[in-house]
Order: sequence, then C-alpha cells, then structure tokens
Amino acid sequence: MAEKILMKGNEAIAISAIRNGVDGYFGYPITPQSEVMETLMKEKPWETTGMVVLQAESETSSINMVYGGAGCGKKVMTSSSSPGVSLMCEGLSYIAGSELPCVVVDVMRGGPGLGTIQPSQSDYNQIVKGSGHGDFHNIVIAPASAQDMYDFLDWGFELAFKYRNPVVILSDGIIGQMMEKVELRPVKPRRTREEIIRDCPWAVTGKPASRQRNIITSLSLDADVQEEFNRKLQRKYAAIEENEVKYDVYMTGDAEYLFVAFGCSSRICEAVVDILRSEGIKAGLLRPITLYPFPYKEIGGLAAGMKSIMSIELNLGQMVDDVRLAVNGACPVGFYGRQGGNIYTPEEIVEQFKKFNNLV
Amino acid sequence: MKEEIIIAGFGGQGVLSMGKILAYSAIMQDMEVTWMPSYGPEMRGGTANVCVIISDRKIGSPIVTRYDTAIVLNQQSLDKFEHSVKPGGTLIYDPSGISDHPTRKDINIYRINAIDVAAKLGNSKVYNMGVLGGFLKVKPIVSLENVEKGLAKSIPSRYSDLIALNREAITEGMSSIEEINII
Repeated sequence: MAEKILMKGNEAIAISAIRNGVDGYFGYPITPQSEVMETLMKEKPWETTGMVVLQAESETSSINMVYGGAGCGKKVMTSSSSPGVSLMCEGLSYIAGSELPCVVVDVMRGGPGLGTIQPSQSDYNQIVKGSGHGDFHNIVIAPASAQDMYDFLDWGFELAFKYRNPVVILSDGIIGQMMEKVELRPVKPRRTREEIIRDCPWAVTGKPASRQRNIITSLSLDADVQEEFNRKLQRKYAAIEENEVKYDVYMTGDAEYLFVAFGCSSRICEAVVDILRSEGIKAGLLRPITLYPFPYKEIGGLAAGMKSIMSIELNLGQMVDDVRLAVNGACPVGFYGRQGGNIYTPEEIVEQFKKFNNLV
Repeated sequence: MKEEIIIAGFGGQGVLSMGKILAYSAIMQDMEVTWMPSYGPEMRGGTANVCVIISDRKIGSPIVTRYDTAIVLNQQSLDKFEHSVKPGGTLIYDPSGISDHPTRKDINIYRINAIDVAAKLGNSKVYNMGVLGGFLKVKPIVSLENVEKGLAKSIPSRYSDLIALNREAITEGMSSIEEINII
C-alpha cells in the first residue's frame, strides 16, 4: 500500500511538483498559499532533482520567469492567491498568445482589491472568462481535496503540454489550508535535455543546423496572420472542449433537484444532498472538475428532468451564468453564495434551497 | 462513526499540533480525516483553533458549526464555543485562567488541568498531550497504539526520543480528567 501522509493542500502542490519532475517554481508569498513555496524551500529539491525554486520580487516577475522557462520547453509553474494572480494576468495572456505550457495555482481569497485572506471562489470570472486581454482561454481545473491538489498538478502539466496552453488550478483557502491524507503516486523524473528537444520541437533549446530558429512571441502585426493565429487558437479550444470536460456526479440517478458546485463548495453540497435525501427530497450534485471546458452538455442533459437547479458558490454569482447557459431555460436556476470569508453551512444551504423551491 | 471536534486556545498551547497528532492517529487507524485551522486575523491576535473531523466514511464538508466535542483551553475559546457543542455532546476545558465556567446542562462537561500534568512530567511542552489524553479517555475513538504511530509521524525525527514522554503525558492526562456535568 502506498504511504498516506497528512498534509495541507498547499503542501501537496509542493510535494507533487518535486515528485512529478517539475523543472522550476517561481513565486511570491501571499496568504493563504504561502505554504507552497515554504514547503519547497524546506524540501530543497535543487539538491535532489535539480528543480529550481526561486522567490521573485513580485508576482509580475514570477509569471514572466514562468514565461521564459516555458519557452525553453521546461515544466514550470507558479502559485499565488487572488490579488497576486491579478498581477499575473498580463503574463498569462502572453503565455497563451505564445502557445506555451505552464501551470498556475490560484488559492483563492476574497476580493475585490486586497479583500480578505479568508477563502473565496470569487476569481471564477477572472480565471475562467479571461485572465488577460485577447481571445484566449486558460484550461481551468478545480480541486476539492488535498489529494486533488497532488494529482491535479501532474494532470495540469499533462494538459498544458498536450495543448501548449496555460493551465490554472483554481483552488481556494479551504483546500489550500486544510490537511487531509494524501497518497503519494510513483515518482516521475525530470525530463532530460534530449527528451525536451524530442517532445517540444517548438521550444528554444539551442538551434541546430538542421532546422530554422524557433521564435517565441505573441506579436504579429500582419492582420491576416494574426486572424489566422486566433482561428487556430479557437480550433485548439474546440478540441479541448470536445475532449477534456471532466465532472463528477453524486446521487443524480433519480434526482429531481440538482446542485452545481465546484471545489470546496462541492464537498459542502454533498452534505446538503445527504440532509435532503434523509428528508425524502431527491437531490443530487454535479461538480464541474474542469471549469474551462465547462460541462455545458452534461448539465443541459440533466436539466430536462429537474424541478430546479441551484448553483452554490463562495461569491455572489459567477459560475451561475454558465449554469444558466447550460440549462437554457429547461428549468428554473437559483443561486446562493456567501462572501468575505463566510462559509455556508450545509443547513444554511438547505434552508435557502427550500426557500427557492417553495418547500417551506 | 463521525466525530466533529473543535480544539481552541492560545497560540503556543499546541492546539494545532494536538489536532494534527489526533488526525494522524486516525489515519493510522485507516479512517478519513480533515484538519482545518483558523488562519485569519483571530490567529494573529493570539488565539488559535482547529476543526478536526474523523470519520469512517468520506468527509463532505470540512467546515461545521456544531461540534460533537469542543476542547477549549482559554476563556475566549470557552465563550466562543460552549454554545456550539451539539446537545448531548462533550465539552472539555482547562480551568486555569477560567473565571466564567461552563453552564450548559445538556452536554457532558469534563475538566482537565493539563498544566499539572505537564508540571508533573517536568516539561511544559507536553501540555497538549495531557489534554489529548483526557479527550481519549472520554472518547476512545483511536487506540493508544495508533496514537503512538501518529505521534511518530507528526514529530520531526530529530525529536523521536520525546515520543515516550508524550505517551506518558497522554496516560497521565487520561487519569487526570474529571467529570463536571454528566447527562
């Protein structure tokens, strides 16, 4: 049996990075994600795997170090929390515009502005809908446990390299700070220089006589070239939407009422479903695991048989817009959220559910 | 089996590490656990608390507002959490520095003077293990054998010679806990 270790979600990200052959981490401390770099500094992977761990002078700097490392075909990453991620958005746009792979972890706290250091899910719109200028998408995956933090880092790099696109692990203060048992997976060594040259023919790895130089840039001033590049990106996103949607369902088989919730909220909603089921109300839960691509088809498919659907988020209404698009009028869509670091209890959601559905 | 526990006190009393050792012990017993600390402004003000959930099933919400057991080690925590104990639940408190004692009649209340436990063993750092021992006497949800394994996992290896002392503090805590109100 693999060893099970009690660790924080943030620690799981760091340990997973070392064990999955990440080449470089560039970051800047911010609550509630500071344990990522703290753990890396404690583990000193530069002495074992050769992984670089560097505290940059700002988040702007760390994302641009990621940009540089990614251009060389390296597995590079950063992590931050909401205000820090706002500073990284320019860099994410450049990385997407240069079609480079990287993983960014956002351990969300409340905003806007400096907001609060308490947990929140209010970066949904920022990360899923934009995170920078231009017609691009991040691939966005949402962990709900410390084990997910460990596993999604590896999965994130797989997606990032498969599509040459930034991947954001959209976590939150609960998942980052909470300790749970984590099962360590087998170690993946860092790739050798030869392997990078073989697997990343686009990377700047030193120009041999046998090929033209590789240029990493997001700039093209020719209108037709730029338009065609954007169309190419859209074809890539269509493939991502076709192939990579991932979600989980809980008790949806005979459900008459559906909850949609991601990350920490999906765990709280499992408890909500249990309470409602114990009262004879047939409730179920769909947890989007990928937020981009969003499980529109799957939610739309379930909507036809539902009396109502409620989106439950630690913000004041962001993902609910996507739920409405998915449901497309097939049944009423409700919303309940909290802000400022207040976390809803299952009982509180049950009460809101009954109010919305006139069951009181 | 599901036990939802809040442990609260001053920073430095070993609240977070006590929760971690309890959680690790439960993992050794092949149970599911979550350990969710306070990390907000209240922590910066000197009080600390951690919510530990131990269950034989997958744990949904890691955050609860009603607890099966509250372990409170200062007046602020007693004031804050006495009323969050579920009816029929358990409150364990350390009377040192407490002027307003718990008043509820619908819960089981126990008192553990863990400063005495630590003083008896001559090491103030085992204070929290005295408290843990008291809890385990009242709620034997993990075996002492697994607690010892949990200790070994939680304590940095350079301090492994202290496991025996911690174990002793747990035993001492078990025999020191007093019943105050039993329903």
